[in-house]
Amino acid sequence: MSVSTAVEQTGNNTPLQILAPDGTVVRPDLMPKLSDDELRELMRKMVFTRVWDQRAISLNRQGRLGFYAPVAGQEASMIGSEGALSKEDFILPSYRDIPQMVWHGYPMHKAFLYSRGHIEGGRIPEGVNVLMPQIIIAAQCTQATGVAMGYKLRGEKRVAINYFGDGATSQGDFYEGMNFAGVYKLPVIFFSQNNGYAISLPFEKQTASENIAVKAVAAGIASERIDGMDILAVYYAVQKAKERGVNGEGATLIEALTYRYGPHTMAGDDPTRYRTGEEQSEWELNDPLIRFRKFLEGKGLWSEKDEEAVIEEAKQAVADAIKKADETPKMKVSELIDVMFETLPPALEEQKAEYLAKESK
Amino acid sequence: MAQMTMVQAITDAMRVELKRDETVVVFGEDVGNNGGVFRATEGLQSEFGEQRVFDTPLAESGIGGLAVGLSINGFRPVAEIQFFGFVFETFDAIASQATRMRYRSGGRFTSPVTFRSPFGGGVKTPELHADSLEGLMLQTPGLKVVIPSNPYDAKGLLISAIRDNDPVVFLEHMKLYRSFRQEVPEGEYTIPLGKANIVKEGSDVTIITYGAMVHTSLKAAEEIEKARGAKVEVIDLRTISPLDIDTIVESVKKTNRAIVVQEAQKTSGVAAEIIAQINERAILHLEAPVLRVTAPDTVYPFATAEDVWLPDVKRVVDGLTQVLDF
Repeated sequence: MSVSTAVEQTGNNTPLQILAPDGTVVRPDLMPKLSDDELRELMRKMVFTRVWDQRAISLNRQGRLGFYAPVAGQEASMIGSEGALSKEDFILPSYRDIPQMVWHGYPMHKAFLYSRGHIEGGRIPEGVNVLMPQIIIAAQCTQATGVAMGYKLRGEKRVAINYFGDGATSQGDFYEGMNFAGVYKLPVIFFSQNNGYAISLPFEKQTASENIAVKAVAAGIASERIDGMDILAVYYAVQKAKERGVNGEGATLIEALTYRYGPHTMAGDDPTRYRTGEEQSEWELNDPLIRFRKFLEGKGLWSEKDEEAVIEEAKQAVADAIKKADETPKMKVSELIDVMFETLPPALEEQKAEYLAKESK
Repeated sequence: MAQMTMVQAITDAMRVELKRDETVVVFGEDVGNNGGVFRATEGLQSEFGEQRVFDTPLAESGIGGLAVGLSINGFRPVAEIQFFGFVFETFDAIASQATRMRYRSGGRFTSPVTFRSPFGGGVKTPELHADSLEGLMLQTPGLKVVIPSNPYDAKGLLISAIRDNDPVVFLEHMKLYRSFRQEVPEGEYTIPLGKANIVKEGSDVTIITYGAMVHTSLKAAEEIEKARGAKVEVIDLRTISPLDIDTIVESVKKTNRAIVVQEAQKTSGVAAEIIAQINERAILHLEAPVLRVTAPDTVYPFATAEDVWLPDVKRVVDGLTQVLDF
């Protein structure tokens, strides 16, 4: 069973869809209450992110960016979910989830510095509620329970959302996090972007379970399986999960079915080794930008001129951010030693002195 | 002042901090109503409520992740790992997450978690309860590791650990929990992390040790003094990371001879690190090689062999004799 056929399955397994691939509304009853401007803003962010992703890939190939995990194909899942949150909500991302971080307030030039491996990439501005991308693929599932418990203990109406892929659902931390969130009824959203492959491993070799959403049953939390190429379905599900969380009804697992068009990362992954061009073409028919554009055009809310304006805006923003990243002073090892502890122990003071001497030459 | 066992002093430290700072939360397996398997959290839930002191599901990685998440959201979690042999289940939360939070975020986020855990041999536990795994912690950048040897130190050190703005692993030797009582002041007092304590002054040889081995070493010191009149200095490290190398080096410069006594296996670990640093800083003051008295490099033994496996007074006396006779 490939994920492309999973999308077409019927019965309880059918992912929730509000917009059909041709842009028609199939579930008007579930339509999020969004103003015309808010709808346009979602489209702007998706187009912007697509352009930014293309530029980032090209910058990586030129050697001007480092570690990068392409996002094209997953824009609806990323932007629809972030869009349904408020800036007070806390994001615990994985390494592909840079767009949600940026749309939540993390500056783009810092994303580029993170990609290059610079400490300034980690210095998230005060008041921006995101954590650095998680590398251990499900560790954020357990940490999100702690962040959410903090909100609950203080009586704040906020949620913690953690992002992870289909591969992470095989790790113990995914289950431990959901189980804790269930026991304590925490305002957490476990947002799984099921793009069908964990690097090369296809979903059917990841689990014998028919889908990810069903795994919430064991933890006693709610779940939703959605078409992750439909930004309105994503928005709807996250908004509902957030309401559930802040109303004290507990956590939600969301499985968004999506696809990454590019490689796992830019570090040499070749998707043609593990998936077919036909499969990719089939998914491209479901493209989140095309679908939402058709919907907006039908309502007279989006034009070619709008599209071009966003493309230019994104190109300029990327150029500005790269310039800002380039202007950031080189990182020093002595500076890294400073952030090991609040107060450096004597041994590290000695080691710092050694590196200060080396770096002042 | 009250006479307290070490486990009572530990409970008292948590009580003081729960009362003083509303961001302190205490949790772990069976720590709520049951008061912990060693009763270290006895009475805390009834005093401070289920929001502040609570049970967790039986999953150490989940406990560690919960602690990390709370800590980046303004809380000061005290998480109990029921036995330190279970640390492997939550080592990711300690070594890949809590200790890297300040570094990863350039100081934007910190993770002031205290991971409390019973460990140590001599109480006939099943496997993976008694292991001395502090050497693994020592090699984890960004982590402080504290091991008290008595009730007074335990309370003052635990209060410091909870107040510390970086993650701390606080290891409580099971054999010391109820082995003796000591006068422990009421209310709050702190003992600084990273400072060793000279528990016995001497001029001829130094024993560097920590945890339960402090008591074994003191007995050995007494024996050798009786037997041959050598004056033994005994240093209780209290904190194994960061190491108080200044106190160690100062002592070695005075006595010119030293041994390191640890309950853990021989290879790598605390003793090896101390000897390396003595070499770097005081080798010309030495009259004899610095020896290690440790357990052998095996897995922690089955209960019926542990008394032989663990370093004892005789082996410490032998070690002292070797360096004194060199």
